[in-house]
Amino acid sequence: MGRLTLVTAGMVFSGVFAGLAWAVWTIAEAPVPVSLPTLVSENLQAAGVEHPVTAVLLNFRSYDTLLEIAVLVIAGIAGISMSRTRSLEDPGLRTSDSLLYALERWFFPVMMLFAGYLLWAGSDRPGGAFQAGSVLAATAVLMRLGGVPMDFLRPGVMLRLGLTVGFSVFLVVALASALDGDVFLQYPEVITKPLIVLIETGLTLSIAMVLLALFVAAPIDPAEELEEGGAE
Amino acid sequence: MSVSLLYAFAGVALCAMGGLGFTVLEHLLRKLLAFNLMGSGVFLVLVGLAQHRGVPDPVPQAMVLTGIVVTIAATALAVVLMRRYYHLSGQTGLVVCEERKEPME
Amino acid sequence: MTPWLMAGLLFTPLAWAVLTLFPAFRLGRVLTRLGILAQFLVAAGLWMTVAQDGGFYYPLGGWKAPLGIELRVDGLAVTFVVLTAVVACACGWHAGDYLSPETGRHRYFWPLFWFLWAGLNGVWLGADLFNLYVGLELISLCSVGLVALAGNVGALRAAIRYLLAALLGSLAYLLGVALIYGQFGSLSLAGIQALVASAESFPGAGVGLFIMILGLALKTALFPLHGWLPPAHGIAKSPVSALLSALVVKASFYIAARLWLALGEELGSFVLAQAVGVAGALAVILGSWLAFCQSRLKQVVAYSSVAQIGYLFLLFPLTFGVPDSVVQLAQQGIALQVISHALAKAAMFLAAGNLILSVGSNRVEALAGVSRFLPFSLFSFALAGVSLMGLPPSGGFTAKWLLLQASLASGQWWWLAVLLLGGLLSAAYVFRIYRASFVESRGQDQFYHPPRVLEAIPMMLALMSLCLGFVSEPVLAVMSLPFEEGG
Repeated sequence: MGRLTLVTAGMVFSGVFAGLAWAVWTIAEAPVPVSLPTLVSENLQAAGVEHPVTAVLLNFRSYDTLLEIAVLVIAGIAGISMSRTRSLEDPGLRTSDSLLYALERWFFPVMMLFAGYLLWAGSDRPGGAFQAGSVLAATAVLMRLGGVPMDFLRPGVMLRLGLTVGFSVFLVVALASALDGDVFLQYPEVITKPLIVLIETGLTLSIAMVLLALFVAAPIDPAEELEEGGAE
Repeated sequence: MSVSLLYAFAGVALCAMGGLGFTVLEHLLRKLLAFNLMGSGVFLVLVGLAQHRGVPDPVPQAMVLTGIVVTIAATALAVVLMRRYYHLSGQTGLVVCEERKEPME
Repeated sequence: MTPWLMAGLLFTPLAWAVLTLFPAFRLGRVLTRLGILAQFLVAAGLWMTVAQDGGFYYPLGGWKAPLGIELRVDGLAVTFVVLTAVVACACGWHAGDYLSPETGRHRYFWPLFWFLWAGLNGVWLGADLFNLYVGLELISLCSVGLVALAGNVGALRAAIRYLLAALLGSLAYLLGVALIYGQFGSLSLAGIQALVASAESFPGAGVGLFIMILGLALKTALFPLHGWLPPAHGIAKSPVSALLSALVVKASFYIAARLWLALGEELGSFVLAQAVGVAGALAVILGSWLAFCQSRLKQVVAYSSVAQIGYLFLLFPLTFGVPDSVVQLAQQGIALQVISHALAKAAMFLAAGNLILSVGSNRVEALAGVSRFLPFSLFSFALAGVSLMGLPPSGGFTAKWLLLQASLASGQWWWLAVLLLGGLLSAAYVFRIYRASFVESRGQDQFYHPPRVLEAIPMMLALMSLCLGFVSEPVLAVMSLPFEEGG
């Protein structure tokens, strides 16, 4: 990387900064013609949950969330397709630190409890499936580092079920609502809240599982394949 | 000028810094970190600009949550790909390796 | 009927993605073929519904825009849904016989394939800026996963480069969305279009539109941002290359085009339109030249994609500041170009895969003598080439004819040179392959014969692309159907 390139790139991105800052400044001065926050609060009654962000995520814009979970599952699938081993576990990641092990015994229940709380809190205050799933995944990562055997990480049916359970639940709810005569993803009014809680629980499990699978998806097998027609 | 707008400007600065890093750095992990910096910048602009009049707006907040999940998925996949790539080739960059590997193919 | 079709269209690919994750490759193949049939019928049904009754908005979850997400089901969108069904059908069927069931990794082709299909349908129908972002990311991650399935160092390097470019492009798009949302407070494209038309000027949102188009151009591999495409499309397994070249790059272009047609007149500028057009023209000429210079067969086809993508970006100058009739012409020409390129390029990559399989090498010189042993696949390759060159009666010819008329009618005659030169240069690289395969080989007389079905599929695609010129009238009629609110 030559000095000249660096200086040029620096100047280009200073220009980018100036342009963007100018755009933000002009936009901030103009009035906003549509007010979504008002619309959200007007329709919050019908949304089934009290927290507006959760209502947007799982009801008003639930299609986004469905596709977002699909993106996570795709990353998980692509991740496990990289490692062609019987277990996803990388021995290099395992430590046998007794201090860590002792701490884990304290942390593990607290973190599980915390994940459960975050999931529950999602309906009326900040929290929700993704936050809970991340805490759950972090717990599992700690356990992994502490050398706790996790057999469900073998690339078998269990792993795949774990990866897709949240997505499948979401999808079944979406289809059931379409079969009910309404449009795709329209929850029946009486059971909106239980459905959202059900979806959130499934999502929490899947999110944790995908993050964990991607964390441990270790490239152990060094065997590589030739390019199509590359064997000359 | 409200505090939210300040966030938006900070976001713009992060975007520009991340963009610079993304183009000039060669190590793949550094590139990825620069990308994440840009991502955070974009999220700050998204929320800061929408809320600069002091009214909390749940829609960009939800969008940022979705965006974070998508970015995490992409980052994690990138790390897995990079680890496997490093494992097979011993390379940490895209440019250097092409010169060295070309004769072998 | 329509709710069922919509549910089928959105639900089947996602459900099949989950289903095919569980079984091994062979059972996944059977499941996929069943799903392909179902999906094809649903797409055709939806096309007929729209052809009869006109387009409509479909509010997901029962929430209308701007609060919820609406899908825009119009003539153009359903035409692309059907195109996706045709090409994905062919590539999926081909992949079932082309990929080796013994390689454990290949089982993951099926779920990724289905997720990709779901993402593509989502993008064609999308009318919400943020939802399109999620759809784009879904498509990118699937494509990267599919490229990496090839498994070697080269594929990983190409996949990483592809992923980084795609992520940067999406992020630029999202930054544009942030600016637009800050300006208008809405994410629905139709709503923003109505607001933009209300006479005021929005310089900040103009910057947003510029960044979005820049990001999407990177994802569509517009010259000079094309560096990631040839390695990724060249090294992936052939059915994957076909999917990527035929459909995936079109998704980001489609979003850019929809944005431009909705907002370009007010938020864009003449300079931007011409600059994009010039980049497209350079892509046509330099891409074709680079295709001519490549020594590996699939690289030739990949660079030819870079060139053909260049034509698409002529949409920008040809629809800025011109009368509505010219906009209509240019729009139809570009849509036909997308369709005929998708069919021809899928045929070309699949045929190239067969040729590589048969001679056991990916180099152009190694094709010597193959014309006697695999004339059928070679013929498919050449027929697809006819459409790329833009000779009558192919769809490529009709597309270029419409573009030619549009550039004359808008007084921008300089694009004529690009259209003519591009056709000549594409003839050059197609004939180079043909010449190489007619050279009598010096010793090799052992060729592997791929199964019949692998040869039949690219031929069907090539024929469709060739005959598109005959049926372009009805296709264009459905595409430009008037849009009925709430229909």
